[in-house]
Amino acid sequence: MAIQRKSNMLIIDGNQAAAIAAKMSRVQVVAAYPITPQTPLTEQLSQFVEQGELKAEYVAVESEHSAMAVCTSASIVGARAFTATSSHGLAYMHEMLHWAAGARLPIVLACVNRAIGAPWNVLNDQQDSISQRDTGWIQIYCRNNQEIIDTIIQAYRIAEQVHVPVMVCYDGYILSHTEMPVDVPEQADVDRYLPSYKPHTTLDPANPKNYNLVTLANPRIGVDGKLCHGYMELRYLLQEALQNSRETILQAGREFNGIFGRDYERMFWEDRNDDAEITIVAMGSLAMEAIVAADMLREEGIKVGVLGLRVFRPFPKSDVVQALRKSKLIVVFDKNISYGSEGATCSEIKSALYGTYINASIRNFIVGLGGRDIKARELVEATKKAIASLKETVINPDYPEWICQI
Amino acid sequence: MGTRDCNHICDESSPGIGEAGKTGEWRTHLPVIDDKKCTASKLNKPTCFLCWLYCPEAVMTKGIPPSIDLEYCKGCGICAQVCPVQAITMIAEEKI
Repeated sequence: MAIQRKSNMLIIDGNQAAAIAAKMSRVQVVAAYPITPQTPLTEQLSQFVEQGELKAEYVAVESEHSAMAVCTSASIVGARAFTATSSHGLAYMHEMLHWAAGARLPIVLACVNRAIGAPWNVLNDQQDSISQRDTGWIQIYCRNNQEIIDTIIQAYRIAEQVHVPVMVCYDGYILSHTEMPVDVPEQADVDRYLPSYKPHTTLDPANPKNYNLVTLANPRIGVDGKLCHGYMELRYLLQEALQNSRETILQAGREFNGIFGRDYERMFWEDRNDDAEITIVAMGSLAMEAIVAADMLREEGIKVGVLGLRVFRPFPKSDVVQALRKSKLIVVFDKNISYGSEGATCSEIKSALYGTYINASIRNFIVGLGGRDIKARELVEATKKAIASLKETVINPDYPEWICQI
Repeated sequence: MGTRDCNHICDESSPGIGEAGKTGEWRTHLPVIDDKKCTASKLNKPTCFLCWLYCPEAVMTKGIPPSIDLEYCKGCGICAQVCPVQAITMIAEEKI
């Protein structure tokens, strides 16, 4: 029997979706500094607090570095904390991103993806969040505004279970400022899905504790006689938490489906990949554009499927191998560049496939930097170019191709 | 047996003496107090104690004469700097 659900469909942009998600997650502390294209999200949250719709402390800080410092402080004393930023703001936050992850604090950050200078640019690419890849945060990318609202709610479930902060990334303007229909959940359902935050550390003057002081390389015996972690053991535990977070992420998605009727029990999205000989890989809203490209290629009889990356950290290596097992050619589109190497998601795909029986050719295209428009037609042309290149060599080139006018 | 048994997931400890290890091993210069110059010792009164006040490691006692816990004294030399009567001299460890 189908479960009857009330539908509350609103036409909203990505920033509004994120603000509603933070409110429904009953965040207790919001500390954020406005930056394009994230600004309407923080404005909306401050309005919710001002109007009494959200019982939270809104801390107006002087920088993104301070925003994350406030979030870590709030989280360590037991508050559910939220922040949001973009581009230079995220770069400015870099040091404190390490601190939040190292202290194992379940903060959720909405990263509204924007290009980074020089030169100045306020439009979309994913260089900002990709540059924070190694800070120890879980990174999840959204394809549309529905996924933004759903992913932020799930992010608190995941973060508070594995004690790792989660960065929910969505493309600036393409999602942040574009209105689309979004099914807004019922508050009672969100409350059922998301239990209140139970911190793993508590600062209490009656029982004083040291947290994250100078920690030397080697383990040492604490004053209570217990052998305590050295720096390296703590780094190991963070890696272990991310390595083991897959099941928690899938379970959070599965239970979300049970309550809200939208299935997130997956590390990535697949479209017609079952019989595909060629797989297009893209992350974020570009994965939707890739589906349109696949439609066009299928009309010409080319068997194309799409793998839309969702969880970038932890990177789902075995799942990717399973999904790409039939592909003869993998075409990876990256809205970022690891200078001197290639697109970051292309490197991940190559790394996942190494040592498996899959010997597909991989072609990497850098697209859409600084908001450069990406048309489905261009993805089609690039894919055809990749197919044609196989006649010359099946070996993967050292460096990616760029779709630009140089 | 590994460190997992401490059940911490971030660096966590209880405050106490020697929490950062035997920091006396870091010392290259040893503070030596001349009781003939030290104000508290000379007057035989609990007075001055600027060395105790300024010691960042809390290894100086407010005794007469003051004494230093060398197991944890890092040899930073702040006590010698703040002593108004120059009663404390820093001596290179290798010369001892």
